[in-house]
Amino acid sequence: MSKKLAVPLLVLALFVIIVGGSWLRIFNEYWQVVFFYIGINIIMAVSLNLINGYMGEFSCGHAAFMAVGAYVSGILTVWWFAEDKVFGPPVLPASLGILLVPVAILIGGLAASFVGLLIAIPSFRTRGDYLAIITLAVNYIVKSAIENMEIIGGPRGFLGMQRVMNAITAVLDIPWLLIWTFIGGIGTIILIQRFVSSTFGKGVMAIREDEVAAGLMGVNTRWVKLIAFMVSCGLAGVAGGLFAHGPGGYINPGMFTILKSTEAMVMVYLGGMGSISGNVLSAVFFTLLLEMLRPLGVYKWVVIPLLLVLMMLFRPSGLMGSRELGDVFPQLRAWFGKEEEYAPASN
Amino acid sequence: MSFSIFMQYLLNALQWGSFYALIALGYTMVYGVLLLINFAHGDIFMVGAYIGFFIATFLLGLVGGALPNWVILAITILGAMVLTAGVGVTIERVAYRPLRERGAHRLYVVITALMIGIFLEYLNLSLLGAADRGFPELISTTIYDLGGVSLTNTKVLVICLSILVMIGLEMFLRSTKVGMAMRAISYDRMAVPLMGVPVNTIITATFVIGSSLAALAGIMFGSAYHVLSFDMGILIGWKAFISAVVGGIGEIRGAMAGGFLLGFVEIFVVALGQIPGLEFLSSTYRDLIAFTILLLILTFRPTGLFGVARRQKV
Repeated sequence: MSKKLAVPLLVLALFVIIVGGSWLRIFNEYWQVVFFYIGINIIMAVSLNLINGYMGEFSCGHAAFMAVGAYVSGILTVWWFAEDKVFGPPVLPASLGILLVPVAILIGGLAASFVGLLIAIPSFRTRGDYLAIITLAVNYIVKSAIENMEIIGGPRGFLGMQRVMNAITAVLDIPWLLIWTFIGGIGTIILIQRFVSSTFGKGVMAIREDEVAAGLMGVNTRWVKLIAFMVSCGLAGVAGGLFAHGPGGYINPGMFTILKSTEAMVMVYLGGMGSISGNVLSAVFFTLLLEMLRPLGVYKWVVIPLLLVLMMLFRPSGLMGSRELGDVFPQLRAWFGKEEEYAPASN
Repeated sequence: MSFSIFMQYLLNALQWGSFYALIALGYTMVYGVLLLINFAHGDIFMVGAYIGFFIATFLLGLVGGALPNWVILAITILGAMVLTAGVGVTIERVAYRPLRERGAHRLYVVITALMIGIFLEYLNLSLLGAADRGFPELISTTIYDLGGVSLTNTKVLVICLSILVMIGLEMFLRSTKVGMAMRAISYDRMAVPLMGVPVNTIITATFVIGSSLAALAGIMFGSAYHVLSFDMGILIGWKAFISAVVGGIGEIRGAMAGGFLLGFVEIFVVALGQIPGLEFLSSTYRDLIAFTILLLILTFRPTGLFGVARRQKV
């Protein structure tokens, strides 16, 4: 087997197992929901990693962009494909939804990336903890703004995405949402991986190490920051768009609070700053942990922070540190590595 | 808006700002010494309020009537400050110090602080249940009327006490050895330990002061609003952090200024909504407008009101 095909084959196998298994009802509804949340958490963690890990900033308002993506895409699909009090009867046939719902989710991501300008532009002058506060304020501003828009439900939330999903599955009954989430998750990993290993993306890490020096070496720091923030926020918007079409098809501003942003941050730091595979692992682990501890009820949130604090004590730089899976298990490179692999400089 | 109504809102804003300022002091002191955003601090405030609630209820049951209520209030405040300081120092010893000694990146310590905060909230929720607690009324509310401005004794007490505490803290930092050491560490983190300053002792002292101020704020909050809930520390804690940053994090005066500023903005956004023509400014817009103003302040003064921009060398 050629090395080139190893990774695509692995991804394809995962896709067949998850989507096929869900379609044939090998995985029950519960497991499908778990897979769905794992996918969303992977997108959230890996995209936040670009800012918090590779760029070394501390963004603690990632849920705001998720909210923007969720609302924009939710409103679009309900307007297009569902009967609604505000938007009236569906304007497009449901068969188009198979193509246009992902488009709506991408538009939601685009909208989120433009809201990301709210933190990208202040980041030109503001850094570190002051930028953290701006992201925090943006989180509150977005949540508060949505709460004050009566037409989309205000604090009561927005629903109707379930009707959209019902209309689409009535056309062709396959687990559409899982397919889109899978594509979204893999797409995010590929996008971020390609981004940070490109020449342009090296600028992001140069900014983390020393912004002034990076500027002197010819990195257009403003442009790099702008693009990095927009990419990261846009991907969070995609995660939000998928989330909006999830089980129940209901969103409200209360879902996108600091707690949601905290979850994303926990996954990033648990996995290790600047390690994509670490982030994927921690997203899977964190989601499964939340599900496994569900029987504990309210004690769940007593146990989880304690576990995470203990883990931090034993691995003070996250599961993987800034290393990737291939650095930890060199054997893997024999299967999945590139032909010419060079050792990344340790720092 | 007539003058008396304006004064009324001003007093409310001073009281509301006192809570922010007292909590923001804890954030900013820890930040100055450790460069750590102690996100558990809002929940320390909650813990302080609950400890105060238990001490007050216990004392009222034990010696209520035998001792005047203001004595009970004084004991409650002192007891809660001491116990909450213990909680703060324990958290520092168990969770932050080991990480620091292993040389973890400081953001990992921040995440640990977030986790500790969630832990405290949900420990409270699971031990005490979701029902709100009513803080006992230790000083019976008297309403004074000064030319149309109504004043309650609680409000006066809260404002005076917090201003006194801030003056005391400022003097402590200016003129005692420990205070000087705190300022020295935040000025130069490399040289000061080499000069024989016991850094860990100073850090413990910082946590003692910060946590006891949060406990004081918690008891005053309880006396003013009489409602305690497990999640009371979340929003107020985040907002106090924001006011600490707006003032310039690490700067004691900045924390006070930022706390009062945020209090004023929040109260006056609601107050302006009472004026005909501005009714759209309902209380639901409070957060939106307050945070937008803070965003603007930080855009134009990136290191906060009192923060000093350090020139970066390469």
